[in-house]
Amino acid sequence: MFGVTLIIFSMVRVLPGDPARVLAGLEADQNEVNRIRVQLGLNKPAPVQYALFLEHAVRGDLGQSAVTQAPVMSEIASRLGATTLLAVTATILAGVLGVASGIIVSTRQYTATDYTVTVLALAGVSIPVYWLGLMLMLLFAVFLHLLPAGGDTAPQSLILPSITLAAFSLAIVERMTRSSMLESLRQDYVRTARAKGLADHVIVYRHALRNALIPVVTVLGLQFGALIGGAILTETTFAWPGIGRLLVDAISRRDYPVIQGVVLLFAVTFVLVNLAVDLLYGYIDPRIRYS
Amino acid sequence: MATSIRVSATVSAARERAFRHPLAVLARLARNRAAVAGFMMLVVMALAATLAGALVPYGADTADLNSVLQPPSAAHLFGTDQLGRDILARIVYGGRISLLIGVLAVAVGAAIGVPLGVVSGFYGGRTDALIQRAVDVMLSFPGFLLALTLISLLGVGPRNVVLSVGIASVPVYVRLVRAVTLSVRELAYVESARAIGLSDVRIMFRHVLPNTAAPIIVQSSLQLGVALLTAAGLGFLGIGVTPPTPEWGTMLGEAQTYILSAWYMGTFPGLAIFAAVMAFNLLGDGLRDALDPRMKTV
Repeated sequence: MFGVTLIIFSMVRVLPGDPARVLAGLEADQNEVNRIRVQLGLNKPAPVQYALFLEHAVRGDLGQSAVTQAPVMSEIASRLGATTLLAVTATILAGVLGVASGIIVSTRQYTATDYTVTVLALAGVSIPVYWLGLMLMLLFAVFLHLLPAGGDTAPQSLILPSITLAAFSLAIVERMTRSSMLESLRQDYVRTARAKGLADHVIVYRHALRNALIPVVTVLGLQFGALIGGAILTETTFAWPGIGRLLVDAISRRDYPVIQGVVLLFAVTFVLVNLAVDLLYGYIDPRIRYS
Repeated sequence: MATSIRVSATVSAARERAFRHPLAVLARLARNRAAVAGFMMLVVMALAATLAGALVPYGADTADLNSVLQPPSAAHLFGTDQLGRDILARIVYGGRISLLIGVLAVAVGAAIGVPLGVVSGFYGGRTDALIQRAVDVMLSFPGFLLALTLISLLGVGPRNVVLSVGIASVPVYVRLVRAVTLSVRELAYVESARAIGLSDVRIMFRHVLPNTAAPIIVQSSLQLGVALLTAAGLGFLGIGVTPPTPEWGTMLGEAQTYILSAWYMGTFPGLAIFAAVMAFNLLGDGLRDALDPRMKTV
């Protein structure tokens, strides 16, 4: 975590170009530039600047946007809800549909359903999210006029972006559930359960699924990284007012304090989610213990 | 994006792998219809990109303002864009750029990641700890975000896309190669090589590295798909390869403006990315199965 802040901090410092000069505008004279430099603390030595950056970041102060002058934290806060809504909806879609379809095909290995879902899952991991978004938009908004093409105006406007964002993770979760279920359906305890005449659904859900779910949870957790990347692209495609678009806009306007803040937020969340997934193992599988 | 799962899969494949003759692997690969289909798709795309001039009657940049935003027709199979340029021609020529960027980015990633991985696994101790902590930091950025952040620092353009996407894939190679190196480091033939007094460098390159070849090949094929998606994603956001270069992602980004009136502008470049990524994934999965038949059921 410490390394992350250091990297993000130094990345922005090594850039060509003087932030104070950018902020002051083209016509500003040297005095004005110097005044802003002092105001931003850029006249201090780099380690001091880094310490200040850390101190401020810990207190939730990520500086000001170089373009709008608004605090980076409030820029992020005003868009956090939209991204969270999108990401949570997509995760639920991916988790529920992925596990469900994985279970269904694992009990029907080598049937037409199995092949169809396998091909769809392969398509899901290969399709560019931004293109999937555009195609869904074309079909449902432009040709069928069923759903809004973008923005965040009506509850229906969540449908297309969340499907778009979920597609990749859904495919990964389905693949993992399928292979993990196939593996656990082949275990001795499943054969024992069958031998003593238990009903199919009891075997599948109570015996096989419990053991098959551990790698699935791992994968769902790891998908969080893909979700961040996907959110950046999905939000841009659908003009969704979230943090991903804030980042893309900031990059195109070279608004470094905002870039720094958003990247920091994403990286920290990513690390925390991975940690949470690790800890979750202990609950799902009592055999895993942390010493 | 899904690399972490695949890495662990290829690592375990490498660990359990007995020696297999390359021809036997190829023969097994040739029996896998999905992998052959993927390979053929790639051959066709590469040929089309190479022979572009002979295949399409238009240049990638030939603008014709008398026929802008034309829907697909006999003259323009995929239609024309906002400047009257033939979309098919741009996709075919764009293959040179998009595919080349993918290949170069993966080459950059492997060129940096593989030596670091071998050294990290071979020496262990402090060297290992240092390299692994650096990799940890890189891995705390999700792949796409890492490439995006790098390009926002380096600036746009094909060279920087290659660098950003390539550097973003370094951690995958370091982890993969380190794991394989750890598993062969203690084997008898490495010990014998040490006993007859070979230098560390020679042992690493002549005896350890060849063992990592199979997992690296598998990983690279899958990684090519990831690189293509990432590079095109940057182009789509307008911070990768810039117009008027006919890169597939960039074309898709331009098409977004005209999505309401010209469906064909975005449909076909995206289809090209989709097909190429799918082909790399099919080939990669096939290679993995061919190198380790036990994983086939998965």
